[in-house]
Amino acid sequence: MQKKEKEQAQENKSQPEYFIEGNTLFLYDSLKFNQAGQFVLEALKKLKKHKSKVLVVNLKNLKDIDSAGVTAINYLKNKLTKKGINVRIDDAPESISKKLELFSMQKPPAEIQTFKPSFLESIGQNLYSFFSDYFMRFLYLAADVFYWSINDLFNSKARRKGEVVNQAILIGVNATLIVVVMSFIIGLVIALQSSAQLRHFGADIFIVDLTVIAMMAQMGPLITAILVAGRSGSAIAAEVATMKVTAELDALKTMGINSVRFVIVPKIYGCLSTIPFLTILANIAGIAGGMVAANIFLDITPEIFINRMGHSLYNKDIITSIIKSLVYGSLIVLTGSFFGLRVKEGAEGVGKSTTIAVVVAISLVIIADSILGLIFYT
Amino acid sequence: MDLDKIIEVAGLTVDFDGKTVLSDVSFNAYNGQVTVILGGSGSGKTTVLRQILGLNPIRQGKINVLGKDISTLDESEQTKLYMKMGVFYQNGGLISSLTVGENVALPLEQHTNLPKEIIEEIVKMKLSLVYLQDTYKMYPSQLSGGMFKRAALARAIVMDPQMLLCDEPGAGLDPVSLASLDQLILDLKKLMKMSIIIVTHEVSSILRIADRVIFLENTKAIFEGTLSDALKSKKEPLINFFNKGKGQ
Ligand SMILES: Nc1ncnc2c1ncn2[C@@H]1O[C@H](COP(=O)(O)OP(=O)(O)O)[C@@H](O)[C@H]1O
Ligand SMILES: [Mg+2]
Repeated sequence: MQKKEKEQAQENKSQPEYFIEGNTLFLYDSLKFNQAGQFVLEALKKLKKHKSKVLVVNLKNLKDIDSAGVTAINYLKNKLTKKGINVRIDDAPESISKKLELFSMQKPPAEIQTFKPSFLESIGQNLYSFFSDYFMRFLYLAADVFYWSINDLFNSKARRKGEVVNQAILIGVNATLIVVVMSFIIGLVIALQSSAQLRHFGADIFIVDLTVIAMMAQMGPLITAILVAGRSGSAIAAEVATMKVTAELDALKTMGINSVRFVIVPKIYGCLSTIPFLTILANIAGIAGGMVAANIFLDITPEIFINRMGHSLYNKDIITSIIKSLVYGSLIVLTGSFFGLRVKEGAEGVGKSTTIAVVVAISLVIIADSILGLIFYT
Repeated sequence: MDLDKIIEVAGLTVDFDGKTVLSDVSFNAYNGQVTVILGGSGSGKTTVLRQILGLNPIRQGKINVLGKDISTLDESEQTKLYMKMGVFYQNGGLISSLTVGENVALPLEQHTNLPKEIIEEIVKMKLSLVYLQDTYKMYPSQLSGGMFKRAALARAIVMDPQMLLCDEPGAGLDPVSLASLDQLILDLKKLMKMSIIIVTHEVSSILRIADRVIFLENTKAIFEGTLSDALKSKKEPLINFFNKGKGQ
């Protein structure tokens, strides 16, 4: 990537050759993609003080021009015409004038052999192909996404403008309501179900600890992740799969644009920048649910509940919550993209990869949850 | 012949899941010419283009593009080669989440340092070449089939590529649009010295634009040669093909 940019910089070094004498602007050699931009900017600056009402652009010595060059000349002409300067293009060799004509705004026209492997062999083969096909490729995609996410931070030129915000809204902000409502209900149910048990032991007040710890450490991040996987894991898989089926990804590739960076990286940033906040909201909503249940079934007033919360709320749980949400968010985007990219031809394939992406994303989230649980609480 | 070969396909064999799509196909395309690839539906025309673009791995055979064996290129060399090519995909390949204007601007934004205003002007001009100046702010899904194709063509030529590959750009266009598309292709060839590889079914179009014809049938390239030789050929599929077209 860096090598490419260096080469590009070298190509761009070539200066446009021109000079202005009296009422005439002489252009030399060539005016192409790599010189056109600089030419327009410089020439406009120099012509700011142009007093005369005419400017002749002399192309006698221009050897080559492309569509960017033609556009640059036309742009200059339009800008100056607006200032009341009459611009005339003069002395263009035939090959140049034909290109000037071609690349000017057009008016619309008037009207094999197979054998069956043994049972054990096929188990081995399936295991092997699962490993090489899914596991390794998934890791490979993850590495690719990681590389381009970092690269994207330092290279703003080729970044897709506004896409991260767009994705943050789609993946995160739009999920707020459902996440809050579901977490509230789950918090309420957890507290409700445990209240009967706790009352047996006269340990009513521990309802607070139970709700807070269950929501912060476990349920908050998990509910958020499962809802995001359901909403966005499928949407991501469908989008990527559709792009693949309709050759959009091929088109990006042959335009020299990395599709991981163009399509997946904004989703990673959009998701990772919102899912921690969603998770915190889920935690708060769940605890609020618990508070309501405690008030109704155990006569613990919100005041007592909040006082007690001070004893049961640990920084560690808040941090765990956020770390978990980041891991789950990455898994959801990666899984969605992975199955989107693996789509087989046709619209039917898009549906299949969408379904499998959601199932796998939720499974991976739950597996990750148990692994993280072991790491954080042992 | 003193023409440069821009594409050399030699002994290309492709099969998908055991089904042979191309067997031992060889042909050349030359600099500054319009090369037309012909053949019935499903005869492997798109597959040939995808192989030339390196979108499918080459299992058997060899393809040189602009003198480079494409199976040996690393990623940056391949990207460099792509910069010299414009590609029109059979189903358009426009990015559906971007407007037509943003689609056409994409290669310019990614690969040049041109200021925004100039990029916008180039995009509008290129869209006007395919008579789509009013679609700048529209999304691909809002375009009709013919407009969609023309927008994709505008994107393919936005960087003035040395080589243009088109997969059935004329299919479904009305005769007037088709004729103006052909004129554009001829202009690009003549004025920009663009080499053009084009898959098409339209006989009228072929007669207007082709320098060279490759005919695919039953997984093989059964004819390769100039347009006039193709018209004189005694091979049945060619005779049938051109006769059918004359009636239109
Ligand atoms: N990725 C693929 N997997 C399996 N079969 C394919 C694939 N691509 C093309 N084919 C098959 O190859 C044959 C030729 O397809 P194609 O090159 O698209 O034909 P054409 O463009 O000439 O209509 C068809 O039978 C098609 O089904
Ligand atoms: Mg095809």
